[in-house]
Amino acid sequence: MADAVFLALAVITIGSAIAALEMRSLIYGSIALMGTLGGVAGFFFLLDAPFVALFQIAVYVGSIAVLILFTVMLVKRELIFKKIEDKRRKFAGIGLMLVFMVALGAVFLDSGIKTITTDEPAPDFRDIGIDFVTYYWPALILMGLILAGSVTGSLVLARREDVENDQRAN
Amino acid sequence: MTSELIDFTLVSVALLGIGIYGLAVKRNFIRMLFAVEIIINAANLNIVAFGRFLPHSGGQTMALFSIAIAAAEVAVGLSLIIVAYRMYQNVDIADFRSLKG
Repeated sequence: MADAVFLALAVITIGSAIAALEMRSLIYGSIALMGTLGGVAGFFFLLDAPFVALFQIAVYVGSIAVLILFTVMLVKRELIFKKIEDKRRKFAGIGLMLVFMVALGAVFLDSGIKTITTDEPAPDFRDIGIDFVTYYWPALILMGLILAGSVTGSLVLARREDVENDQRAN
Repeated sequence: MTSELIDFTLVSVALLGIGIYGLAVKRNFIRMLFAVEIIINAANLNIVAFGRFLPHSGGQTMALFSIAIAAAEVAVGLSLIIVAYRMYQNVDIADFRSLKG
């Protein structure tokens, strides 16, 4: 059975996920998204995966959420506070969400994973390091190349070509 | 550890549902990116939970790969938002129609 810490984390994570999508201001929405990402990091701590949890905090809460916050600040003021959605679509979306949750939840509750428990110790983070440099080394290099390529690509995409260099200096 | 695998899976299903709702309803590009982030986090939570209960270190390794690739995806997505905003002065995806036939 779930304990109190788990329940608190679940409430924080799911509540701030709803807040991130439903809050009127995009800035508060992105701060709520930080709460969701931090809550998932808390779940990783509960799952005895401190390395992944710290990676999650460093990458998601530390960089992605701040990047999103800065992008939101580049957008016009009235667009930050304007909600663009129509009512019928909203009800259809809530219906779709409930269908997904009930169907998947029923499948999981009915399946055998309800009985899965473990007494074995959690995988050590040394195993992850060994995995990275032995079996997964080509994937690790590929991941580095993808990261470098995507950052370069996004810089090229966001570059303004209509601004001359001397204007840029001013 | 007192929580079981099914608890983590149900939280993950709830996050997935919220993300799908956001993708279906919101027309704001930035909010859709929020929804995609929530779905990716639900997947990561599931991967790590199953890796803990098997137990196998592959779950955590895959989650780390997934987090890194998601970071790349967000960087590209945000620069696309900036380019689209510069072109249309709006973040409503209904306005981004120049590729529509």
